[in-house]
Amino acid sequence: MIIEKLIFYVFAAILVFAAARVISVRNPVHAALFLVLAFFSSSAIWMLLHAEFLAITLVLVYVGAVMVLFLFVVMMLDINLAVLREGFAHYLPVGILVGLVILAEMLMVVGRWQLDKNVVKTAVETGSNTEAIGKVLYTVYVYPFEIAAVILLVAMIAAITLTMRPKRQNKYQKPEQQVNVKRAERVRLVKMPAEPRE
Amino acid sequence: MLETLITLVTILIKIVLIVAPLMLGVAYLTFAERKVIGYMQVRIGPNRVGPRGWLQPIADAVKLMFKEIIIPTNANRFLFIIAPMLAIAPALAAWAVVPFGETLILADVNAGLLYILAMTSLGVYGIIIAGWASNSKYAFLGAMRSAAQIVSYEIAMGFTLVGVLMAAGSLNLNDIIKAQSGGFWHWYWIPLFPLFIVYFISALAETNRAPFDVAEGESEIVAGFHVEYSGMLFAVFFLAEYANMILVSALAAIMFLGGWLSPFQGMGALDEMTAWVPGLFWFVAKFSVFLFLFLWLRATFPRYRYDQIMRLGWKVFIPITLVWIVVVGVAVLAKLPPWFV
Repeated sequence: MIIEKLIFYVFAAILVFAAARVISVRNPVHAALFLVLAFFSSSAIWMLLHAEFLAITLVLVYVGAVMVLFLFVVMMLDINLAVLREGFAHYLPVGILVGLVILAEMLMVVGRWQLDKNVVKTAVETGSNTEAIGKVLYTVYVYPFEIAAVILLVAMIAAITLTMRPKRQNKYQKPEQQVNVKRAERVRLVKMPAEPRE
Repeated sequence: MLETLITLVTILIKIVLIVAPLMLGVAYLTFAERKVIGYMQVRIGPNRVGPRGWLQPIADAVKLMFKEIIIPTNANRFLFIIAPMLAIAPALAAWAVVPFGETLILADVNAGLLYILAMTSLGVYGIIIAGWASNSKYAFLGAMRSAAQIVSYEIAMGFTLVGVLMAAGSLNLNDIIKAQSGGFWHWYWIPLFPLFIVYFISALAETNRAPFDVAEGESEIVAGFHVEYSGMLFAVFFLAEYANMILVSALAAIMFLGGWLSPFQGMGALDEMTAWVPGLFWFVAKFSVFLFLFLWLRATFPRYRYDQIMRLGWKVFIPITLVWIVVVGVAVLAKLPPWFV
């Protein structure tokens, strides 16, 4: 299918461009938006592989929730761009080293893929892959799945406890009291005779 | 090659057939809003342009198109202009999987419900980017409020969809409708009643409509995220808001009121008498009820206080939906008639 190939190359080009811009652009808000674009293009590529569940979940979770919170934080920060530029030459050697290590690791992983031809299939041919993933996740991988869920719960509780302030310092509203307020507690009607003018 | 071209053209025609009536619906929804709220406040509403004011939305559209687009100093020009488009694109794209009848559907995909949830969660980008790119305090405050509110209510909304998904056993919207066949008493609004209410209120919050319209809050932050917008860019935000209203109403009709199914199914004589009515009519009638509720609520309730919005979303709706998902699970396992057979 020539159309599918065309769609793939368009989205792949956008993905590579956006991913490069994420690290090269100066403004952090723009970088976050390019990351959104990168997520979106990779989701479109997954869709071409008929992995519709993963593709839509990527948009739903990363674009729809995680990146919104990211943007939220980045927009609130008042980042001085001049300071960011200063250390560039200083950190460059370390950056190159880390980049090379990652590149080597990637090459090793991708190299193994080509040896074993069965690993990457072009399309998932199971009909509804939401159902297929559900079946595997809740039968074969049920323990890893549950353990991951518990770890996430622990992380969530830890984050809440770390940011929780002792109650005394903050002024809390008590909604149950506010809701239960009766008219008689707030307003008093006073009957009085009409006053003569002057 | 020719075959692909023909397919592309047919899809394009179908898209136009969906989007054109939708835009007309949006235009007349604004008119209906002004009329309905007018009558609720003992006024007559717009009545000067055309017979009984029927041409008012056309006049508004023409006015907005010919107004100057002002871009504030130090605004981020590119993001400022692209923000309204980012707001309207998901609102229109989500309609691709909405079934208007048994076969009247653009894309009958298996993960329809998930797709809709993903698309509606993208609408917030238009608002945040508009608020940030405007380089204005009020716009930024509006955007921040909106982001926090939409992210909070999305969780409750997602859980209500999980309830529907469990009841129907499918993510395909047409399958969800077919699972509800059998008339008025077989629709999911009865077994999923708490989820139905939570969904509708979350939908109000997701579309930034009164009483959850703190993102625009006229009395506090002028017009919120679109305070700096004028002319056609403002009109696109307006279109996006109303298109989203119609979308969430249509979804409520699909998931809880049986979509294009007739309410008189299996009722003998009544069913036969109304057999000629197309499914599209029932669908439009059902979501019009929700649209009227949107307008009615706007005319009735004062704006929620911000901390109460957060409390309602996190401390009331999420626990309700979590409990009811367990109840639905038990009901499905017990094959509770007549819904889960």
